[in-house]
Amino acid sequence: MSEKKEYKVIGTRPIRHDGVDKVTGRALYGADFQTTGLLHGKVLRSRHAHARIKSIDTSRAEAHPDVKAVVTAADLPTAADKIADLGESAVNLKYLCDNILASDKALYTGHAVAALAASDPHTAEEALELIDVEYEVLPPVLEVREAMEDDAPLLHENLKTDAMGEKSEESSNVASHFQHKKGDIDTGFAEADVVIEHDFVTGTVHQGYIEPHNATALYNPDGQLTIWCSTQGAFAVRQQVSEILQIPVSKVKVVPMEIGGGFGGKISVYLEPVAALLSKKSGRPVKVLMNRAEVFEATGPTPASYIRVKMGVTNDGRITAAEGYLAFEAGAYPGSPVGAGAMCIFSPYNIPNGLIDGYDVVVNKPKSNAYRAPGATNAEFAAETVVDEICEKLGMDPLEFRILNGAEEGVSRIDGPVFPRIGCIEATEAAKEHPHYEAPLEGENRGRGVASGFWFNVGLKSSVAINVNPDGTISLVEGSTDIGGTRASIAMQAAEVLGIPAESVYPTVVDTNSVGYTDVTGGSRTAFATGYAAYEAAQDVKQQMTERAAKLWEVDAAEVQFADGDFVCVNGKDERMSFKELAARLDEVGGPVTGRASVDPTGVGGAFATHIVDVEVDPDTGKVEILRYTATQDAGKAVHPSYVEGQMQGGVTQGIGWALNEEYIYDKDGRMSNASFLDYRMPTCLDLPMIDTVIVEVPNPGHPYGVRGVGEVPIVPPPAAIANAIYRAIGVRMKELPMSPGRILKTMGKL
Amino acid sequence: MPKKVHVQTTINGETVEFLCEPRQSLLEVLRDELGMTGAKEGCNNGNCGACSVILDGRLVNSCIVLGVETEGKTVETVEGLAEPGKLHPIQEIFLEDAALQCGICTPGFIVATKALLDKNPNPTEYEVRYWLAGNLCRCTGYDKIVRAVLDSAQIMSSEVGA
Ligand code: FES
Ligand code: FES
Repeated sequence: MSEKKEYKVIGTRPIRHDGVDKVTGRALYGADFQTTGLLHGKVLRSRHAHARIKSIDTSRAEAHPDVKAVVTAADLPTAADKIADLGESAVNLKYLCDNILASDKALYTGHAVAALAASDPHTAEEALELIDVEYEVLPPVLEVREAMEDDAPLLHENLKTDAMGEKSEESSNVASHFQHKKGDIDTGFAEADVVIEHDFVTGTVHQGYIEPHNATALYNPDGQLTIWCSTQGAFAVRQQVSEILQIPVSKVKVVPMEIGGGFGGKISVYLEPVAALLSKKSGRPVKVLMNRAEVFEATGPTPASYIRVKMGVTNDGRITAAEGYLAFEAGAYPGSPVGAGAMCIFSPYNIPNGLIDGYDVVVNKPKSNAYRAPGATNAEFAAETVVDEICEKLGMDPLEFRILNGAEEGVSRIDGPVFPRIGCIEATEAAKEHPHYEAPLEGENRGRGVASGFWFNVGLKSSVAINVNPDGTISLVEGSTDIGGTRASIAMQAAEVLGIPAESVYPTVVDTNSVGYTDVTGGSRTAFATGYAAYEAAQDVKQQMTERAAKLWEVDAAEVQFADGDFVCVNGKDERMSFKELAARLDEVGGPVTGRASVDPTGVGGAFATHIVDVEVDPDTGKVEILRYTATQDAGKAVHPSYVEGQMQGGVTQGIGWALNEEYIYDKDGRMSNASFLDYRMPTCLDLPMIDTVIVEVPNPGHPYGVRGVGEVPIVPPPAAIANAIYRAIGVRMKELPMSPGRILKTMGKL
Repeated sequence: MPKKVHVQTTINGETVEFLCEPRQSLLEVLRDELGMTGAKEGCNNGNCGACSVILDGRLVNSCIVLGVETEGKTVETVEGLAEPGKLHPIQEIFLEDAALQCGICTPGFIVATKALLDKNPNPTEYEVRYWLAGNLCRCTGYDKIVRAVLDSAQIMSSEVGA
């Protein structure tokens, strides 16, 4: 793929199709949904981090004249109702259901125990006090290493450790232990001249989307359930609701409203099944909205972790071995992103000998969830900090080192997969060549740091249908909810095929009854996989239109070609027609044309990024200021460069927040002390400089336009890059996130 | 339920009357009583700016203003910015500069930008960042938003000058 392809639409910067609705306040997000007869639901949540639920008495709430329905876990079909031999998946289903409404135990502060619907939200909130819950309070366990101790309080009395396929005898908070091996780790370290080993701790952080979770449900008397909500995946909601409520998927229609951010946190359902149950009981549509404190306490933050990294290198700067130990907090139920963390931790490098151990551990915190490159930021913070120290010991330029050891096509990751064509080294070279890297940085307590990052990206299933309009435009029907401009990037890929402007495509995101199955907007897959589906659907249109042109000209379809936006007859007849002209004449030759495609592409191109940051540390207060930031990234091919830059800038900013401020602070009883935007301090625009971006394009051979996912990897390098910059500014190595003023002063020995 | 209060106010240049409970915020009144859902709720306690409106010329978080407080006042919301057939220049430039991703913060930023440029038609980058620090955006990293505000200032003052 060496020659540069010329595109007409790909790589341009059209106005996004949903733009006007979004700048005028007309776009309808989940909370904006209204319908006649609407009731408002509220959820009663445990104030204990760990407690046995002895009884729930809802009679006083039910007696309230304005309360129309009350539900508890007793209203959910129980795991026992499912076919007895579901085995493992019955257990998972119980976890899934229990996280929606706790049945026997409350496992974190904020855990839902009951819900009710009333005529207005204030009445509903007040009526929650009429639900009487009797708890037996148990000691909580709030930290991964404590939870792994033999005498730790157990969250699930019958959870056994799945240790590389073998189940433990004893119950434990360790849900699983897995291992990846490559080469021979002992030989690798024996060959090393320098070995560095450190351990790292990262805090629990939240995705921090500005729009709280919401769901409205209408359970009709005929058993048809409709759900309106803001989600990353309408089909994922359909699937989970159908499992939790034990009804067929065909009985559930999910209508995705606009979504105000997700970053991985709006895939799991929380409110949807509750709203459905309330609607079923009350016979009316029920809307449930979370407030901000509920979003923090009761959705799926990404986990705190404990990570140990050991790396060996030769004096001439070659990595000989790397070892990682990752223990992640799953939260109340198994399923942290430790697996993904282990896939990423050393992946920007070509490492001959490696060993990685991962542990998924339950603690009394909300069930953890995906957050932009889930697991990778924690893991690569550790690895990239060790790499920096190695470079310092060797006296080697840290980007030089990364280029020398960089992963490339044919290299296998420690967890197995062999890289196809990737842009790891190219992204690092772009950073090295950027003027920022050589720019003078003067002044005291200032330092420059770099770090790289990898995220594997995913493919998964997407469907697109295209209808040709008689005016030469197309309407494009898709199932990927648009979180950040994907209507545009998907529409542009169809436009490119058909030789029409991006503005001639009218993309619509539709409900689960109106488009083929489409997986979530996540895993950096949407521009790649749904874009691929749009490409294929447009090819289908092109094929059909070619046949129509042939019919019109009374020639063989093989004698018609599509070139430069025109259908051309190539048998000597002088016939030529633009897409638009032919679209107007389709009725003469058989009627409307609809193209369609469902894809499950496997040629996913991994994403690599390298970041440079300048910081200044105030040695008296420990506050870190970001002076300058540059991010490079291989995008494969940037479909709409403005939105690629936007993904990079947004990811960097979340990474900066994670690095410097953001963390869940718990008291000893497991109650979150900072469940508000005031106290969970996300970056504001006053905290930041402009974020410079360099888009590198190493086309992904697995996509017709070379597209790679771009959304996730930019969150990965910032914490390590900033830690490395802090080291150069004040000479202390930070091994704990966030690197808040207090922690910096402590590490400096000033507190 | 507390008795509702009759309120008369001016919203986007039109006289509006509504009934609201004394405890209802202006944001609730706009969204739930008047069906104006352009202002968004991100936090309901004054921390995110998604609910920004202009009250008697002053930028406020409508989630921490009571509906009854708007009696006799004027309220400007995102819905009032565009003219028939024509977006407000700030809206236009937010689109051109790709200053939004999910868009949930966008109405708040656009209203806050209008309030800033009404007061200070030529802000510096620092003044823009200082003014907008009460509006959270989790998607964009603010780079393109700050640029859009600076570009809006430039274009609007050149339009005034022309
Ligand atoms: S909703 Fe008003 S400031 Fe957040
Ligand atoms: S664009 Fe999503 S919060 Fe700003």
